[in-house]
Amino acid sequence: MAESQFVYVTFIRTTPEKLWRALLEPEFTRQFWMGTTQESDWKPGAAWRIAKPDGSTADSGEVLEIEPCRKLVLKWQNEMFPEMTAEGYSRMTYELEQKGETVKLTVTHEMEKRDSKLIKAVSGGWPMILASLKSLLETGESFEGTRRWPDGM
Amino acid sequence: MDAALDKVFKALAAPERRLLLDRLRADNGQTLGQLCQHLTMTRQAVTRHLKLLEEATLVATIWRGREKLHYLNPMPIHEIAERWIGQYERGRLRALAELKAKLEADTDG
Repeated sequence: MAESQFVYVTFIRTTPEKLWRALLEPEFTRQFWMGTTQESDWKPGAAWRIAKPDGSTADSGEVLEIEPCRKLVLKWQNEMFPEMTAEGYSRMTYELEQKGETVKLTVTHEMEKRDSKLIKAVSGGWPMILASLKSLLETGESFEGTRRWPDGM
Repeated sequence: MDAALDKVFKALAAPERRLLLDRLRADNGQTLGQLCQHLTMTRQAVTRHLKLLEEATLVATIWRGREKLHYLNPMPIHEIAERWIGQYERGRLRALAELKAKLEADTDG
């Protein structure tokens, strides 16, 4: 069992296809994920990174498993804060499941390390990003506070 | 979507269920057996409360082999905050909450 783990579940009125695109494609992620984009060839073993608006890397890793519109597992290391980089790789999983007129999105972020600083830090960010994603897909608008990279970071 | 919100508020309306959420907040990813330790509630009562928390999505469960682990899902409460608290008020509210915590801790001491 992972030593540090958070699980986030949200139900979004959309289709698995639209949600999948919103999670991966730059024109969507920019709107709800602080102006960032994700870069990868999206196949097992491919490198993956989150690029900040200035092009530098916020987090990086590798695609471990990918099943389009269903499941994505990433190896994930923070590149911005040395104390978090030093913790090594965490594991992040998206699972998408159709439930009636909604899609259940489960995000699991875990690390084999007790009291992980990375897991603690992302635990504040995930709810904000996911709530904004839900708003974007259901109303066409993400939350204003999640549309650009915070000043001074 | 308000039917989902009703479930969240109903689930939060019982002190026993808030206690279970506190336990998960302190130690996320527990089995039913672990959650029952140090509680005066019966196992049946805990099971019933967890079911309501799960239906309200305040608790998410994941199977690890034969163990069902329970996690506090912060999304519904976050969505409530998003609905009634503007992003510009948030910083001030946090400062006030910290002040309150500090003053109350001083009084205790």
